Amino acid sequence: MRTEAPATPLVLVARSIRPSSTTVHAWLLLLPAMTLLALFTHWPALATFIDSFFSTPRPKRGATFVGLENYRQIIDDPIFWQALTNNLLFAIGTIPVSIGLALLMAVWVNDRIAGRTLVRMAYFTPTVLPMIAVANIWLFFYTPQYGLLAQLLSAFGGASYNWLGSKDTALLCVTIVAVWKEAGFFMIFYLAALQQIAPSLGEAAVLEGASRWYFFRRVQFPLLMPTTLFVLVNAVINAFRTVDHIIVMTRGGPDNATSLLLFRIYELGFAFWDTSAAAALTMVLLTGLGAIALAQYIFLERRIHYR
Amino acid sequence: MERRAFLQGTAAAGALLAAPAIAQSSTEISFYYPVAVGGPITKLIDTYAGEFEKDNPSIKVKPIYAGTYQETIVKALTAHKSGNPPTTSVLLSTDMFTLIDEEAVTPIDDFIKTDDDKAWLKSFFPAFMLNSQTSGKTWGVPFQRSTIVLYWNKELFKQAGLDPDVPPATWAEQVTFAQKLTKLDQSKGASQWGIQVPSSGFPYWLFQGFATQAGTVLMNEEGNRTFYDRAEVVEALTYWVDLSRKHKVHPTGIVEWGTTPKDFFEKQAAMIWTTTGNLTNVRNNAKFPFGVAMLPAGKRRGSPTGGGNFYISRKAPAAQQEAAFKFMRWMTSPERAAQWCVDTGYVAVRPDAFDTPALKKYVTDFPAAAVARDQLQYAVAELSTHENQRVTKALNDGLQAALTGTKSPEQAMKESQAEAERILTRYR
Repeated sequence: MRTEAPATPLVLVARSIRPSSTTVHAWLLLLPAMTLLALFTHWPALATFIDSFFSTPRPKRGATFVGLENYRQIIDDPIFWQALTNNLLFAIGTIPVSIGLALLMAVWVNDRIAGRTLVRMAYFTPTVLPMIAVANIWLFFYTPQYGLLAQLLSAFGGASYNWLGSKDTALLCVTIVAVWKEAGFFMIFYLAALQQIAPSLGEAAVLEGASRWYFFRRVQFPLLMPTTLFVLVNAVINAFRTVDHIIVMTRGGPDNATSLLLFRIYELGFAFWDTSAAAALTMVLLTGLGAIALAQYIFLERRIHYR
Repeated sequence: MERRAFLQGTAAAGALLAAPAIAQSSTEISFYYPVAVGGPITKLIDTYAGEFEKDNPSIKVKPIYAGTYQETIVKALTAHKSGNPPTTSVLLSTDMFTLIDEEAVTPIDDFIKTDDDKAWLKSFFPAFMLNSQTSGKTWGVPFQRSTIVLYWNKELFKQAGLDPDVPPATWAEQVTFAQKLTKLDQSKGASQWGIQVPSSGFPYWLFQGFATQAGTVLMNEEGNRTFYDRAEVVEALTYWVDLSRKHKVHPTGIVEWGTTPKDFFEKQAAMIWTTTGNLTNVRNNAKFPFGVAMLPAGKRRGSPTGGGNFYISRKAPAAQQEAAFKFMRWMTSPERAAQWCVDTGYVAVRPDAFDTPALKKYVTDFPAAAVARDQLQYAVAELSTHENQRVTKALNDGLQAALTGTKSPEQAMKESQAEAERILTRYR
């Protein structure tokens, strides 16, 4: 023991004097990305956090420390609660449906069907289009009287309905647009994952006489779980960050029926110039999203089978 | 020694080269502008800037297209807060109080020195100055301004047994005409609406038409008090709501602003309310004879004005401010105002523009272009207050709640007023 003791400090000294060139390389390689991240993500997030405890600076009176006042105002703001409810409904509407559809489409176009490339491309097209363009297309679909939906309905004898102009249906309408836009994107990930599954597994299943559904449930789906987690995290984030189509289609209306949290932040920050309120709401959203992402990794990680 | 001499020589040469530029005192000004109507606006602005530079060789204008009105004010105010604002911008006339509160703009009065300047400031339509002046000072110069007018389809009027050349002149006529023009089908709902007034995005603007006609204003001149819950305001809203709920001559729910002209082209709506800025659009796309009329009268006629003003940045250096002032004077000269009106459909901002040959010819060929001008005598200031967008949103939410049937007009307006009151108390 005694003879071995000096050995450890020696190694430590040697390390601290001459860091291995690998470490230096690693840091150098990380540096550009780190700088950008720190400059455009970490610092703004920190600044927002600090700003959320100060009042909005005005020319006549600068920012003063107000503690939790901005957060208290958020709690008192009925439009915040409406936006939060809307956003939760929007998330519940988009996440399972777009993931389910993506999985279905991926399994479908993974098989050897006629015109497979064409179908894959068709499913992927909405992803390529910018959201602004998508929103404008759907704006036409939903137009009462001569819009696509109205024409289809009237062909079957239905009455024209003001889909985006009614408080009952506006949120559902913008949810459908988001699903349409997103499902194709998630499909690509599932498709890539499906191609990674060894064909021998499928052949074995056929030999064993397993049904198609059984094979999907017991072999394909478990093997796709890492992809599902990745897609799920993305879907959740998207549900709270997609607002382009809201701005184009409804501007949060009618009477805040389609106001989502990020849209509300934009409104507070850049329409009302109440930057402190916007900062506080941003922190609320960031914390919420961070908590959800963490929970997803902690709870789902255990159930995932990595190869 | 040699080296120092060389350096001195270069410096001297540099000074010589720079000298002519200093003598000319070349000033560069940046100019943010939005595009809110169809047509090749950016090309027009670039052309105007080029012509201005030809007339004023010592000034360079850098026009920067900045998006919609909302995007333009976001960019201008953000630049202002970072300390490097555009010298001049075209922003909504209604954002005047916001810009004053942010200390982002400087009064135009500071640049009015000669009698000629004074005459120029007085040359605008008084209606357009309402949203440009407060507390005895002028903060904006009218540039791309509009009002609301009624467009009607003459063909559908004839089919309904109405005189195709007579638009409704009163609220009562507006309802009876619309009733004749509405084609209701029991199973499918309406295939043709009598009248359509858009209510998405900024319903307050169109509602201000109704409110003015009902004989009230929505805010005071100081911009620190609103009157959303006055009886006349509720009466105006009830009239609008009744068009769809009681008379069933107007689509239910929120009517999209953007598709309203298209509804008119598709003959889904026989009469529409929209901006004069759509004049060129309607003229190019309506496949039937149409008319343009002043909005019908309730107790009186009335429409708010709308659109954008020139502002001068407070933080810009004095020389640039002077140059920007010269630029906006040039842009609002009678000839230029007339040209802008013909090119875009915006109302020329001064009466004498209508005496120029270009605009005279335009109005003779297309008499509808004069309707907006004639309506200006009944026009009122557009809703504008401190914390404008927030106070306006309080009204927008109430209007949409009433139009979608979630709240009664009385209740909706009471709540809107309470919210506006909460925001504005600190400005009194």
